[in-house]
Amino acid sequence: MADERVPVGTQAETTVLGADEIVLNMGPQHPSTHGVLRVKLRLDGEKVIGSECVIGYLHRGVEKIAEHRSYQQFAPYVDRMDYVAAVSNGLGYCEAVEKLLGAEAPPRARVIRTILTELQRIASHLFWLGTHALDIGALTPLFYCLREREEILKIFEKYCGARLTTHAFRIGGLQYEAYDELEKDVERFCKPFDKRVDEYESLLTENRIWVGRTKGIGILTAKEAIDYGASGPVLRASGVKWDIRKAMPYAAYDQYKFEIPTGKNGDTYDRYIVRLEEMRQSRLICLQAIENIPAGPIMGKVGKVLKPPPGEVYHAIEAPKGELGYYIVSDGTTQPYRVRIRPPSLINLEAFDKMIRGHLVADVVAVIGTLDIVLGEVDR
Amino acid sequence: MANDPEEKQPSGSSPNEPSAAKPPAAAGEPASKPPVPPAAPAAAKPPVAAAPPRPPAPPKEGPVPLDNDLVKRYKEKFGPAIVEAWTDRKQAILVVARELFAEIATYSRDEEKFDWLSDLTAVDWPKREKRFEIVLNMYSFEKNERLRVKTNGGADERVPSVQGIWSTANWMEREVYDMFGVVFEGHPGLKRILLPDEWEGYPLRKDYDILKQDTAWVRENLGIESGQ
Repeated sequence: MADERVPVGTQAETTVLGADEIVLNMGPQHPSTHGVLRVKLRLDGEKVIGSECVIGYLHRGVEKIAEHRSYQQFAPYVDRMDYVAAVSNGLGYCEAVEKLLGAEAPPRARVIRTILTELQRIASHLFWLGTHALDIGALTPLFYCLREREEILKIFEKYCGARLTTHAFRIGGLQYEAYDELEKDVERFCKPFDKRVDEYESLLTENRIWVGRTKGIGILTAKEAIDYGASGPVLRASGVKWDIRKAMPYAAYDQYKFEIPTGKNGDTYDRYIVRLEEMRQSRLICLQAIENIPAGPIMGKVGKVLKPPPGEVYHAIEAPKGELGYYIVSDGTTQPYRVRIRPPSLINLEAFDKMIRGHLVADVVAVIGTLDIVLGEVDR
Repeated sequence: MANDPEEKQPSGSSPNEPSAAKPPAAAGEPASKPPVPPAAPAAAKPPVAAAPPRPPAPPKEGPVPLDNDLVKRYKEKFGPAIVEAWTDRKQAILVVARELFAEIATYSRDEEKFDWLSDLTAVDWPKREKRFEIVLNMYSFEKNERLRVKTNGGADERVPSVQGIWSTANWMEREVYDMFGVVFEGHPGLKRILLPDEWEGYPLRKDYDILKQDTAWVRENLGIESGQ
């Protein structure tokens, strides 16, 4: 392996190239980089021997904006980070500010939050599966996945009027009461959904091309995954059984039974299996949750003007991509002094160089896809 | 020590200090900051303030000094380098000396089993003597706990890099450099990550003027005066 020649993090073009080596630029306008990711690849023939990700094309200075907005005003901005899973972003932010205030959302709000967030996890994973399979050359799953995702987006639309950047939650609870048929709609979606997942599996899991393109590609061992700060399905596929929903329960997750799927090999195939299983588990959580949505208020006791006492808080949730953390520092005024967002996509992407070395150019799209990055969140 | 009321406490930890013992800085002027690190370390705990003039405030809000077994172990090992320890919203925070930042991080990872670095970031306090606060957020799979370790650095001071301890710190440190201009000693390729290489200034510093940046850009690229 050429590992000695190009240490991790070294700019691909600054080191002297060997006689057979070339540097290939991929992106930022490449369809399979899922946005505007640019990757510089150092190649020996068709083998990748080094890489460097160039990011920031979608940087909007979200953390700076936060310092110039009140706590409530900033809430819609977080939806624009991981725009494939806006509900999860909102949940993390609202809970972090609630923690900072010492307030709590009422039980009814927590359960409704849990239902919507789990639906969002399914939607996010569906979108990932469709595009990931498309990148590798399987066209059909995309249509199936988007079909189901559409049903979830319709539930969101009925609930709050928006499909993607929903701003579904408020600090302290919810703004909107659940509409009358929410339970029915969720049930109608969830009941047959495991059959749908079986359907995707019938297309891919034992498909020889799929297995050939994903097994043994982009391996991340448990030790490496921890060293690289990976979280979410990327970490679990490497065999680390850790899920914040279980380890440090938030919202209403402590009330429901579900499993944490893990992989063994930490390769692209295992991450695929883990995410599919997560969709099934999310479905189970939704089905448990709609059985008993407690009655009561949907908004906790928080004022119209939020002035958290000086201090700081770090609150993390298990977003579809991994640990989404908010570190908020308050100086006692109505605007946050500092908001740091720990984006799972960015930090999972950091392991890309480690994962791709020694593989072929064609595997680059497989590895980018399997990391499930959203550039809005990487760049913020 | 724990992150949440419902999370388990570390083994053998003593309960938190009584709630009345709030560092005076927390109750004082809000615009300043959480407790000021006292100059003399271990011995000097923040003086116990008379009940702060905020009667309804429940004890869990605001910083409370922390002195459990974990802190004792750190103090035993590093002595005066552990400048201060407190909990805020039930989350443990250690302030450590900058010189031993990397050593303390290594110790946290290897001995205290905070083996997963979840976040590294910075906060700018321009009015402080050392304006930057570098914040490590660590997690231990074994204990299911989080720990925050902070250190302070002046505008021209270098902070030891923890990139060699956790590979993930590579990009996080680059981001802190990009946004705050904090230089990490020993980082293998410290350069901007989100902003273009030719960017001027460090946007997340409190004194960074967004409007000035904007008008300069408009003048340069569009040849007109910005209406902002």
